[in-house]
Amino acid sequence: MKILVPVKRVIDYNVKPRVKADGSGVDLSNVKMSMNPFDEIAVEEAVRLKEKGKAEEIVVVSIGPAKAQDTLRTALAMGVDRAILVQVDDAVEVEPLAVAKILKAIADVESPGLVLLGKQSISDDSNQTGQMLAALMDRPQGTFANSVDVEGGAVIVKREVDGGLETVELTLPAIVTTDLRLNEPRYASLPNIMKAKAKPLEIRSPADYDIDISPRIATLKVVEPPVRSAGVRVADVDELVAKLTSLGIA
Amino acid sequence: MKTLVWVEHDNASVKDATLSAVTAAASMGDVDLLVAGKGVRAVAEQAANIEPARKVLLADDAAYEHALPENLAPLVVGLMQGYDAFVVPATTTGKNVAPRVAALLDVMQLSEIISVEGRKTFTRTIYAGNAVATVESHDAKLVVTVRGTAFDKAAANGGSAAIEDVSGPGDAGTSRFVSAEIARSERPELTSAKIIVSGGRALKDAATFDEVITPLAEKLGAGVGASRAAVDAGYVPNDFQVGQTGKIVAPEVYFAIGISGAIQHLAGMKDSKTIIAINKDEDAPIFQVADIGLVADLFKAVPELTGKIR
Ligand SMILES: Cc1cc2nc3c(=O)[nH]c(=O)nc-3n(C[C@H](O)[C@H](O)[C@H](O)COP(=O)(O)OP(=O)(O)OC[C@H]3O[C@@H](n4cnc5c(N)ncnc54)[C@H](O)[C@@H]3O)c2cc1C
Ligand SMILES: Nc1ncnc2c1ncn2[C@@H]1O[C@H](COP(=O)(O)O)[C@@H](O)[C@H]1O
Repeated sequence: MKILVPVKRVIDYNVKPRVKADGSGVDLSNVKMSMNPFDEIAVEEAVRLKEKGKAEEIVVVSIGPAKAQDTLRTALAMGVDRAILVQVDDAVEVEPLAVAKILKAIADVESPGLVLLGKQSISDDSNQTGQMLAALMDRPQGTFANSVDVEGGAVIVKREVDGGLETVELTLPAIVTTDLRLNEPRYASLPNIMKAKAKPLEIRSPADYDIDISPRIATLKVVEPPVRSAGVRVADVDELVAKLTSLGIA
Repeated sequence: MKTLVWVEHDNASVKDATLSAVTAAASMGDVDLLVAGKGVRAVAEQAANIEPARKVLLADDAAYEHALPENLAPLVVGLMQGYDAFVVPATTTGKNVAPRVAALLDVMQLSEIISVEGRKTFTRTIYAGNAVATVESHDAKLVVTVRGTAFDKAAANGGSAAIEDVSGPGDAGTSRFVSAEIARSERPELTSAKIIVSGGRALKDAATFDEVITPLAEKLGAGVGASRAAVDAGYVPNDFQVGQTGKIVAPEVYFAIGISGAIQHLAGMKDSKTIIAINKDEDAPIFQVADIGLVADLFKAVPELTGKIR
């Protein structure tokens, strides 16, 4: 079985995003960028499935600017076999629906048994792409995965849901999106980072797949959220209790 | 505009998150409701009482019992011929189904809106709540998920909508529900609790978390939440996680105990009315959003607080 893992290059989760003064978006110049954390979890899961003998090949795909090659190299260093960059201009944000259409076109060529995505990009917080890809491929989906077991022609996915956990069984090929508890991604070792430089990385464009990436949603403006006004410090528990009493809860 | 709201339920009763989605939908146009499930006529009858609803579409079929998106999405897509917008609460089940519908309709979903600004214009948060975007859809039909904390709940009673049976293609045959481990807690549900007591990594282990946090929550009649670090370390189950990628809450009072205040955590609780932080590090970022801060060792302060609350 082949596994396809889409990864997105996003602002590093440790960076506090700043809104641009002109309200046009978030300032990404000179900001540290990394692989979306949920996608690292997806890459790790794919590598573990390969290590367990459940998969033969892992292909990683990113739709993004030329710099997304760094993200793909990180995945290659973690144990992925080859990479595809569907390159767009630096300023272009490709929406989840168009990403899903490109991924569908790639899946038509690659025929993966499993597509492993992150549940959400920490930039646009959309939480859509995996579900959309599953719809376009007309295949089942196991979102927010807490555990993934490939058994014969099926994958058993334990999902993190509002009330706890839910388990579903999906016929392969299937689409799975990762949640935080699925695994803890490895760090690539230096020798593996060196080896990754020699692994194949193919560069394509959305036009190669005949996909229109023009946006369906216009961002009219982006502003900072309202800031909370500074609070007070209490010296001890008695003072805290007095405050709670004045709030009517103690 | 004609909207269709997906009713979240457990095959027994309507879930609260639905009511916020109804409010959002009502500000967009007329509201019809979809109740899909197995043996759910009673749920449909309950939904018919929701104030602004004109009509309840009832799809009663074993294929819809567990809200499997492979089965639900084609049903919704069929029904959407008669509607301009599909409106869904941004719960884990809603987020599972809605994008699948959107892709089949060839539209971009508007995820977790926090306000309705115009016919096709909404606001939503991005970058872990560090920015608020005003977005306008150019699609012919809308698929929208709604953040529950951002909208008042529609009245659950007072309506008298007609119930109409509908059907879809049924079981797609590619997915099967196996089991669910749904925790039954004495404590109020996080997303509807008036008070929430949350604990972080500082709580050491499951037993300590329970010893320190639970008695305070019990005294206050509060729901219990946690940071990602506390969930990852196994102190509490995954559904306790508050934050960017967990639950979004906005109670009257939120206690953050032994939680540093990472942006991902703040994203889930900074709309709480009053935030109270207890942390031994006076520079912890949580104090920047707290209305009341106590710099103290939680293992002393929290039991003392629990003892002193009447
Ligand atoms: C993709 C992604 C998604 C994430 N999503 C979420 C999310 O949804 N929700 C979330 O919460 N996090 C999320 N995180 C994690 C987040 O970045 C932080 O790591 C996490 O919130 C830290 O949890 P914490 O505050 O409990 O732990 P820490 O940051 O370790 O803080 C512990 C705090 O306890 C205090 N403390 C220690 N001992 C005591 C004591 N005896 N008395 C009083 N105070 C004490 C310390 O001073 C410290 O401030 C996410 C991260 C990533 C990468
Ligand atoms: N531009 C992209 N390139 C590759 N994968 C992507 C891209 N955008 C989204 N994805 C995948 O889809 C997941 C969910 O993203 P989103 O729907 O944007 O929240 C991410 O975690 C990635 O796995």
